[in-house]
Amino acid sequence: MLAFIIRRLLQALLVMAVMSGLVFVGLYVVGDPVSMMASPEATELERDAIRANFGLDKPLWEQYAIFMSHAVRLDFGKSFLTGQSAMGLILERMPATLELAVVSMLLAGLVGVPLGIWAGLKPQALSTRGIMTGSVLGFSLPNFWVGLMLIMVFAVYLGWVPASGRGKTVMLGPLDLSVLTLDGWRRLILPACTIALAKAALIIRVTRAATREALPMDYIKFARAKGLAWSRILRVHLLKNILIPIVTVFGLEFGQVVAFAVVTETIFAWPGMGKLLLDSIITLDRPVVVAYLILIVFFLVMLNLVTDIVYSVLDPRVRLQAAKA
Amino acid sequence: MDPQYHALTPNIQLSQTLFEGLVCADADLAIKPCLAESWSANGKTWTFKLRPNVKFSDGSALTSADVVFTLDRVAKVPNSPSSFKVYLQKVEKVEAVDPLTVRITTSEPYPLLAVNMVGLPIMSAKAAAGPAAEGKTTTELNSGNGLVGAGPYRFVSWKRGSEIIFERNPHYWGPAPAWDKVIYRPISNPAARVAALLAGDVDLVEDPPTDDLERLQKDPKLTVETKASNRVIYVALDQHGETTPGIQGTNGKNPLLDKRVREALSLAIDRQALVARIMGGVGTPAAQLLPYPMFGASKNLVTAAKANPDKAKALLKEAGYPDGFTMVLGAPNGRYINDSKVAQTLAAMWTRVGVKTTIDSNAPAVFFKNRDAYSYSAYMAGWGTATGEMSNTLNSLLVTPNKEKGQGTTNRSRYSNPAMDKLVEESASQMDDAQRAATLAKASEVAMADFAMLPVHFEHSVWAMKKGISFKGRADQQTMVQYATVAK
Repeated sequence: MLAFIIRRLLQALLVMAVMSGLVFVGLYVVGDPVSMMASPEATELERDAIRANFGLDKPLWEQYAIFMSHAVRLDFGKSFLTGQSAMGLILERMPATLELAVVSMLLAGLVGVPLGIWAGLKPQALSTRGIMTGSVLGFSLPNFWVGLMLIMVFAVYLGWVPASGRGKTVMLGPLDLSVLTLDGWRRLILPACTIALAKAALIIRVTRAATREALPMDYIKFARAKGLAWSRILRVHLLKNILIPIVTVFGLEFGQVVAFAVVTETIFAWPGMGKLLLDSIITLDRPVVVAYLILIVFFLVMLNLVTDIVYSVLDPRVRLQAAKA
Repeated sequence: MDPQYHALTPNIQLSQTLFEGLVCADADLAIKPCLAESWSANGKTWTFKLRPNVKFSDGSALTSADVVFTLDRVAKVPNSPSSFKVYLQKVEKVEAVDPLTVRITTSEPYPLLAVNMVGLPIMSAKAAAGPAAEGKTTTELNSGNGLVGAGPYRFVSWKRGSEIIFERNPHYWGPAPAWDKVIYRPISNPAARVAALLAGDVDLVEDPPTDDLERLQKDPKLTVETKASNRVIYVALDQHGETTPGIQGTNGKNPLLDKRVREALSLAIDRQALVARIMGGVGTPAAQLLPYPMFGASKNLVTAAKANPDKAKALLKEAGYPDGFTMVLGAPNGRYINDSKVAQTLAAMWTRVGVKTTIDSNAPAVFFKNRDAYSYSAYMAGWGTATGEMSNTLNSLLVTPNKEKGQGTTNRSRYSNPAMDKLVEESASQMDDAQRAATLAKASEVAMADFAMLPVHFEHSVWAMKKGISFKGRADQQTMVQYATVAK
């Protein structure tokens, strides 16, 4: 088990190093940060001074080497734009994104799993057709459109909830959370639904497929023959066995939401990491973009690791040593 | 939040609510007394008389020592991505003569000093003192520590990316601002901004998309204000030498060196139609680079010439291009109002007179990089004259580039006209305002007669707000809450 975790972490380090290099080259090719930062009236000499100040006058490989030598000491540099620690800026925004992702995935799970099982159990029912059509819509509609529609209906026409921003937050240790206040929920619900809609659609389909696959199995037939109550068969025999694919999808999708909730965060002016990433890419604030991607790679690798461990708990036949990712 | 860290419009806009400068700019960018009651210039010496009884938001009195501290601090702020030093280029010495008098000595006569003082908010020396060389560091100021100014509002809190809260400064010297508490909320997506206004989350938004304007104007619950701004959208034409990257069909020659070709391109643009149809009316056709009656704009260049495609074709023929040529027009996508649409329209208008134009429209970061590398023969961009007077515009865009003197910094067309350069240089030491304005107006006429650059239109800035709020808009496109009042 330990060896497995260590191997995973080493893999993560390698990926992180490659990512940082790619981002360095990518942003270097795209544009010159100084032209985005300097006041348009700044003279050439002032521009040169800024360039020298941030080390942007050095060749790319040297900038990268300097960056890496700091990074091994967990120092990911300072944002060009605000002068604050790039990683600090990101971590400051992280609770907002995590909160949004957790609530969205819970919503998606609470809606998706029961509907998926229902659709699996009653494949011919009219309600199932409704659910399946809904799920197709769910993941084919573009995210930004769904978000704008929700805003138009619930915020503009009905006026039930605010259209944007994050509400009152309560500090819980180092995290500031808005799920603990009513105002927080009122603002969280629309962006969460926007993300949950697409994710629920996916979970419905996965759950339905798993259910359909499990139903004709001998152990279900046997349980029914024994005369067990349906509720118990569903809970113990069916649910436990279909959980593995659902956990996989859940893990992957959760990672996706955390890493790339950019569109939703932009539409709802949600002050999370995604919005920070987008703003930083636009202003070519390279330290923030690099730090962000490094953090995300690390996070995704860890998430996969946790997913694998959950597997082994759910299904003892899965051996971690064999699970080479 | 450090008012001296990054000289960038959004930052200055916020800091001007907490801090005030010695001099302020009104909505049309004319300068007016603020913390300084009066000032006078005598050759290289400027004397600013401070307004008596001005208090900072912590109740302490403003004296000349605060001004000296503020001006000294500018050069000491570390790692500034865009330093406020631009405003103090020729300042040699700043002294406090008495508690209410500040004397500034410049290295040469420098008429622009007063205008530059607008962008320099005065900090409290006592509150912003600290162990670091610059006093309170940027990080400390960002947390609100030492953030004490003499502006109409004072700082309450800042949640990065989420909201900034200000409240009324009880010690403010001027008329009390209209609102007890103000929340600034950054919403970068324009559609989301409009939705937030319609949903009643926010009371006032800037820059709603032009496509939504008609609807917003019809909404009985809202008011829409537009204001002609100082930002001109222009086309720069490469006039550097015989080789130019984006033009073909001319046997390797650069047709843009020929004034007749530049005039033809200008005549081909139907500015009135462009403003009406593409800009949804939120623009004014431009005949020079700064709208009259701003300082140094020529009053002979108020109305833009009518489009004249026939004359344009004739001029092209006369210049030796009866069949025209092909050209690429560079443009940013998402930097100015409807920028890539405007560029497409320009391309269509030029194609109509025979210059077959395609556009190369890119994200701003890519566009500016290409522009700075001179990869465009023609490009469309914008220039907002922050100081509200012509010397800034001409010095940046059209004066012959000179790295040492810091001139022509954004002159990517590499236009060079000694006659115009001389006029601009002359103006730089003319201490008499009327005389300086006349010299600059003349320089503007010289450049425009030469078709050095093609002004297209002046952008209008748009604000939408709830009924009951009155905000008339500012030519510098800034949204400053102290100018918003309760509508009568």
